[in-house]
Amino acid sequence: MSLFKVFDVAGSAMSAQTVRLNLTASNLANAETVAGSPEEAYKARQPVFAAALKAVQGADDTPVPVRVEAVVESQAPAQMLHMPSHPLADANGYVYRSNVNTVEEMVNMISASRSYQNNVEVMNTSKELLLQTLRLGS
Amino acid sequence: MSSVLDKTLGVPAAALHLRAMRTKVLAENMANADTPNFKARDFDFKAAMRQAQSQQAVLVTTRPNHMQPPGGDPQAPPPLLYRYPLSPALDGNTVEMQAEQAKFAENTVSYQATLTILGNRITGLLGALRGE
Repeated sequence: MSLFKVFDVAGSAMSAQTVRLNLTASNLANAETVAGSPEEAYKARQPVFAAALKAVQGADDTPVPVRVEAVVESQAPAQMLHMPSHPLADANGYVYRSNVNTVEEMVNMISASRSYQNNVEVMNTSKELLLQTLRLGS
Repeated sequence: MSSVLDKTLGVPAAALHLRAMRTKVLAENMANADTPNFKARDFDFKAAMRQAQSQQAVLVTTRPNHMQPPGGDPQAPPPLLYRYPLSPALDGNTVEMQAEQAKFAENTVSYQATLTILGNRITGLLGALRGE
């Protein structure tokens, strides 16, 4: 029954979007953290989504759920701030702020929450259809 | 058994099955709306319905490498096609959310309509059986 597979597919998308939302929260929370060296500075993290490969090539009725393939760290350089009085400042008086772009993260957050809502709607609709099918003939 | 039930319930039952499959395909498209390089898919409902109603004989397959001729098996899932995007995204994704939502809504309404038809036919059959 194809309608049951909708729950797997929409559920996988919801958990993938949850991972994305979690990473966005982590990035936003650490946007203002500073460190004593560029290596120690917090790097923005982003999930990489991939469609789960079909088990058998050509089998068109296998579901295609979403998979979080990896979490990658942004390679953008950390922001150098001149704060000689900061306890973490290096020999030249610099601290290194995380490379999180807050505007990008806000956009990510909105996009993730919209996608999540979409999948909730898909799940609700499929549930309604299944229940109506169960009531068939009564 | 097959003649009466198939004649009464055959077409709406096949349509319901195809509608359920299409719900799944459209749900996959929407689930993968943020997946890079994912290509939105769909199938031609009209062609699938015609294939499901075709009275073509199914070839007997006795070995795993035996094949059915294309369009020969009325039970086979319809071939999935790729959607032609209006404005493809830079990451290679061709899912257009508004289009998918519209198709999903249309498919849902059609599914419910098919359910109503099927329900009415079942009520009719029951009435005939009870002699009402």
